[in-house]
Amino acid sequence: MRNFWQLYKRNRSAVAGLIILVVVVVVAAIAPILFPQDPFSLAGLAMSPPGENGFLLGSDSLGRDVAAGIAHGAKTSLLIGLLATIVAVGFGTIMGGLAGYFGGKIDDLLMRTTEMFQTIPSFVFAILLVAILKPSINSIVIAIAVVSWPAVARLVRGEFLSLKNREFVQACHTLGMSDIRIMLGEILPNCLSPIIVIGSLMVATAILIESGLAFLGLGDPNIMSWGFQVGAGRTLLRSAWWVVTFPGIAILITVLAINLVGEGLNDALNPRLRERQ
Amino acid sequence: MSQTAKRLRYVLKRLLQALPIILAIIIVNFFLLHMAEGDAVDVLAGEAGSATPEYMAELRKKFGLDQPLPVQLLVYLKNVITLDLGYSFRHDMPVLDLVLDRFVPTLLLMVSTIILAVGVGIILGLLAATGLNSWRDTLISVFALVTYATPLFWVGLMFIVVFALNLGWFPTSGMENIAMFYEGWDRYWDIAHHLVLPTITLSLFYLALYTRLMRASMLEQAGMDYVTTARAKGLTERRIMFVHVLRNALLPVVTMAGVQVGALIGGSVIVESVFAWPGLGMLAFESLFARDVNLLLGIFLLSAMLVVAVNLIVDIIYSWLDPRIEVE
Repeated sequence: MRNFWQLYKRNRSAVAGLIILVVVVVVAAIAPILFPQDPFSLAGLAMSPPGENGFLLGSDSLGRDVAAGIAHGAKTSLLIGLLATIVAVGFGTIMGGLAGYFGGKIDDLLMRTTEMFQTIPSFVFAILLVAILKPSINSIVIAIAVVSWPAVARLVRGEFLSLKNREFVQACHTLGMSDIRIMLGEILPNCLSPIIVIGSLMVATAILIESGLAFLGLGDPNIMSWGFQVGAGRTLLRSAWWVVTFPGIAILITVLAINLVGEGLNDALNPRLRERQ
Repeated sequence: MSQTAKRLRYVLKRLLQALPIILAIIIVNFFLLHMAEGDAVDVLAGEAGSATPEYMAELRKKFGLDQPLPVQLLVYLKNVITLDLGYSFRHDMPVLDLVLDRFVPTLLLMVSTIILAVGVGIILGLLAATGLNSWRDTLISVFALVTYATPLFWVGLMFIVVFALNLGWFPTSGMENIAMFYEGWDRYWDIAHHLVLPTITLSLFYLALYTRLMRASMLEQAGMDYVTTARAKGLTERRIMFVHVLRNALLPVVTMAGVQVGALIGGSVIVESVFAWPGLGMLAFESLFARDVNLLLGIFLLSAMLVVAVNLIVDIIYSWLDPRIEVE
């Protein structure tokens, strides 16, 4: 662990990304303390510019506090990004692992499926799924996971394929270990680092997809989110630029920070790559 | 066998490989249609205001909605193959007509985006790779990193605030100024003027992608043996970079341009709805609000087919560009 941190620390932009990410997580965690009121509720004078009438980042046409929306929206973005990634990585790992380990028909089927998923426009498919399942946290998480898992499956399949013929796995077979034990106990731990890296980058993509869906009006109507704020503020573009600007910056900074952390993890977990540089 | 015949066979083979994917997409589409709440008859009854259960049952029979699912699937397949994508009750028009109507603007936006993103991406990647680890490289890398993380809809809105509302350089939305009744070159110029902001917005994300790819590809090629040979022959660094390395480095960028078309369509839904660009994406946005699932599915099907077609074309171009790729 100590060694890992030493390696991670060498990438300075990754450390910066981690600091930003921690700030976003803290803001999300203390949002109910900072802004105890419902972010949808009227908080004061409508259309206040930033810094006036007690609004740090201004208010929108309904008198909603933009800063409160951003703080509460942070929780939504992180939660959906994380949940969707967990579902996608879990499902992708199972499918990819089975396909890589057993090969044959399962492998064929999986490869055709991922090919199809690479062909269909994933964002349009996500829109379609949320529209049909009705917008809610569940349907958004499902839609993002459905369009994200094939990438994980392909990666895990490749790793399993190259590891299953290695000597240590053959030794396990000779010892009479069951397939499940070999897959979970021996092969999976050896391909954990690329899975962690792809997972961390996937959180960033998931947040971008979620904000896009919310912008188009497909967010959960009961929870505040950054994409919803931008979408609701776009009609005020002429008169109140701040309603659109600040939530967008929040998305940008969060996604950027997660990408930097993902690259840092990649550098730290992938020693071969680091030596080449 | 002659070269032309071989190439023809390759194209046919790739076409055959694309068929199961298209079939799978149509089947997925069919099941999504069934997952949606209510069928065409419910929609019709809702539009009409009042309908007796007997009348609705009769309608269902007429549309074949009382048949078992596999039969319905076959009917749906037959309909799609004969280009019947169903009927949009909101627009009171066949889905196919609606979708084809909006196809040209989207194509215009996508082609100009690909040209801009690939062109500028190649130049930026080249600049970064030739000045490795200099301030130029760092600047371009930071630019790529930031644009990669920016939500498209937000950039589009910011562009509108800065370049359309404050500076007044470009129109805020739409594809042309219909009220001006422009004709001929004036009309093309007007459309091009409207095209600038949406194209730049949609390009940004892919620009970052191609810049990174081009940089990596240049660096990879620069380490190849043929570069050492060229250097040993006494060629200038400039000639090695721009004639030998550049040509080989371009190939992965061309492939990527094909692979990314699916993502580009997703991006165009966002960009078109921001700039009210009257293409497929805008239609999808409108159908979301109207809860017009039939239309949404038609758009999805057409865009998926578009991706299949573009990938096929890229493969064929690729086999021309790189003779090493086995045509057989």
